[in-house]
Amino acid sequence: MRHLLSVSDLGREGIEEVLAVAEAFAEVGTRPIRKVPTLRGRAVATLFFEDSTRTRLSFETAAKRLSADVLSFAAASSSIKKGESIRDTVETLEAMGMDALVVRHASAGVPAQVSRWVTRCSVVNGGDGWHEHPTQALLDCFTVTQALGGIEGRRVLVVGDVRHSRVARSQVLAYSALGASVTLVAPRSLLPPSLEGWPVEVTHDLDGALAGADVVSLLRLQAERGSGAFVPSLREYSARFGLSAARAARLSPKAVITHPGPMIRGVEIASDVADLPQALVTRQVTNGVAVRMAVLFLLLGGHA
Amino acid sequence: MTDVPGVTGVTGAVVVAGGEVLDARGRRRADVVIDGGLVRAVGPEAGRDAPSGALVLDASGCVVAPGLVDLHAHLRQPGHEEAETIESGARAAALGGYTAVVAMPNTDPPVDSAAVAREVLALGAAAAVEVAVAGAITVGRAGERLAPMGELAAIGVRLFTDDGAGVQDGALMRRALDYARDLGVTLAQHCEDARLAAGGAMHEGVWSSLLGLPGIPAAAEEAMVARDVALVRATGGRLHLLHLSTAGSVGLVRAAKAEGLALSAEVTPHHLVLTDAECAGYDPTFKVNPPLRSAADVAALRAGIEDGTLDAIATDHAPHPPEAKDLPFDEAPPGMIGLETALPVAMGAVGLERALACLSWRPAAIAGLAPRHGGPVAEGAAANLCVIDPAAVWTVDPQRLASRSRNTPFEGRTLTGQVRHTIVAGEPVVVDGRAAR
Repeated sequence: MRHLLSVSDLGREGIEEVLAVAEAFAEVGTRPIRKVPTLRGRAVATLFFEDSTRTRLSFETAAKRLSADVLSFAAASSSIKKGESIRDTVETLEAMGMDALVVRHASAGVPAQVSRWVTRCSVVNGGDGWHEHPTQALLDCFTVTQALGGIEGRRVLVVGDVRHSRVARSQVLAYSALGASVTLVAPRSLLPPSLEGWPVEVTHDLDGALAGADVVSLLRLQAERGSGAFVPSLREYSARFGLSAARAARLSPKAVITHPGPMIRGVEIASDVADLPQALVTRQVTNGVAVRMAVLFLLLGGHA
Repeated sequence: MTDVPGVTGVTGAVVVAGGEVLDARGRRRADVVIDGGLVRAVGPEAGRDAPSGALVLDASGCVVAPGLVDLHAHLRQPGHEEAETIESGARAAALGGYTAVVAMPNTDPPVDSAAVAREVLALGAAAAVEVAVAGAITVGRAGERLAPMGELAAIGVRLFTDDGAGVQDGALMRRALDYARDLGVTLAQHCEDARLAAGGAMHEGVWSSLLGLPGIPAAAEEAMVARDVALVRATGGRLHLLHLSTAGSVGLVRAAKAEGLALSAEVTPHHLVLTDAECAGYDPTFKVNPPLRSAADVAALRAGIEDGTLDAIATDHAPHPPEAKDLPFDEAPPGMIGLETALPVAMGAVGLERALACLSWRPAAIAGLAPRHGGPVAEGAAANLCVIDPAAVWTVDPQRLASRSRNTPFEGRTLTGQVRHTIVAGEPVVVDGRAAR
């Protein structure tokens, strides 16, 4: 595999391989010197055309732990502001000898377009519009596997603004590939217009769905993408779809809660719930580095 | 001799020899003798009596038809000559078998005054095909107040549209229909409710949901079709519906025609053969407005051609330079070129005879260009003809197209049916598939 544009590029075996390699790299993060020479001499650029702190830092940390050289490109400080096209920027970076480009863009499909413009580089989707965020779904699966011992047969609720969520699209593909049953919990106005062919069940009744859940994956209400027009108010959204303390208390004691961050406490998740031991948010962040190390290694390590 | 408008360089006599004539009257084996811009003789042996020294164009194995008429071409001049000019667009049209095109008014400045219309017509007078110009319904196509339709009609404008956008204000559209009636002109609507379509980049459905792209629902088109049907009923005005793309729209037009309302409708070649699945690779070449729809919509559009609900096939030829199509899918401008591929694509979708009716005589009537264009191939008729080799197989290479732009969705595809010659007002402007000027 040369690029990681979608979870569907991996399939079940590919996902399991990433998780297995991530398991090995997770140990690196616990060493006194958190670095291995695996990708020494290789160069990774992060191209973020949309603001992001945690994903960019996570990829850069992952690349540095593998001893790759890291170049960080943020659109705000770049030639893009002067009118240079994404295509020219990408071709420039490839000409400088980059081996991998991690691309984040507010428009769906940009990583796929970039993969057609490069001749040699690997392209990693760091999140594109409402489309996909494959490494987020992989790190969710890694974290849930760590907590529950496996994904197969588990019942996963994906709750919230699925329509505007790249995380949700990648999660549906990843969890279902690993044998979980996925239920989307959202008002109709925040679901994709068509779910034809999606391996999911759908409900708008969070209370009814909680009892049998093993994993509750909360999504941020994408206020900046206009979700405000999709529900009457944050207050009403929170009342119907927020994970309150009372709702969390009805979960099975073994169930876990994930959130891709950044959380909006008081909207999709109550502050007290975010701080429960079942909420795996900081473990997700920690594991994100190991999973991204695994992805970079699998894309670049094989042909050094 | 009859005056022949649009004639720019009538040459000597021409004989189109050995072909089969196919027009609204039917199909028959005939040579066609042309001189002085007019058809002088049509018949199985007519070539024998041709004037000596006549240019003989071989039409063996070919269909000789009235030239095609495009109701919907964005020639981009004035204002966006980097994408297309009237000269280059007209050359592309001639190569596609067209003898006349209607230039859309969403230029910069738009065609909302006689001055701009005259400029387009003056540039068109020197072009390879006859160029008619559509005027805007509203000033600046801003949808706020009526453009001077009377002034434009007085210099020959027959079609008015704000294409690129629909007239959102129902009251204004009603006034436009009332006002246009006295002038004997036709309004043409780009049916799209701007609020329902806002932000959309492709058809809303299975694929937009998977790809995470904002969708344009079928209802955005159908809501305006339904409104305009009601307005035509209320005013008794005449309306042409541009580039219909959904099964629901076809149903609405079918019902309105059954009621006897004065409506006509067109569909593009690309909406007859391509679906939203083409967007799966996020290639903005496949971004177009209205968007490529579902397979069920494609089937309904073909059925609409077959039962006559849809009158015309029009290209919506919309050139964009390559850099505009190298943008992210949701930022790239919508549009695809079509003048040089329309005929074979339409033939593939609905067959040669239906394709010709929808590409030639029916749109000629809607544009007010009949019988000069689209009329039967008969003695005394204006010599606007195309000669088609229906069996020729070719592969679309964007680099070899005459358009200044290369945004064809058919790149690399093999098409059957090719234009061999095009004759405009008696002048062979395409000979053996090559533009003569």
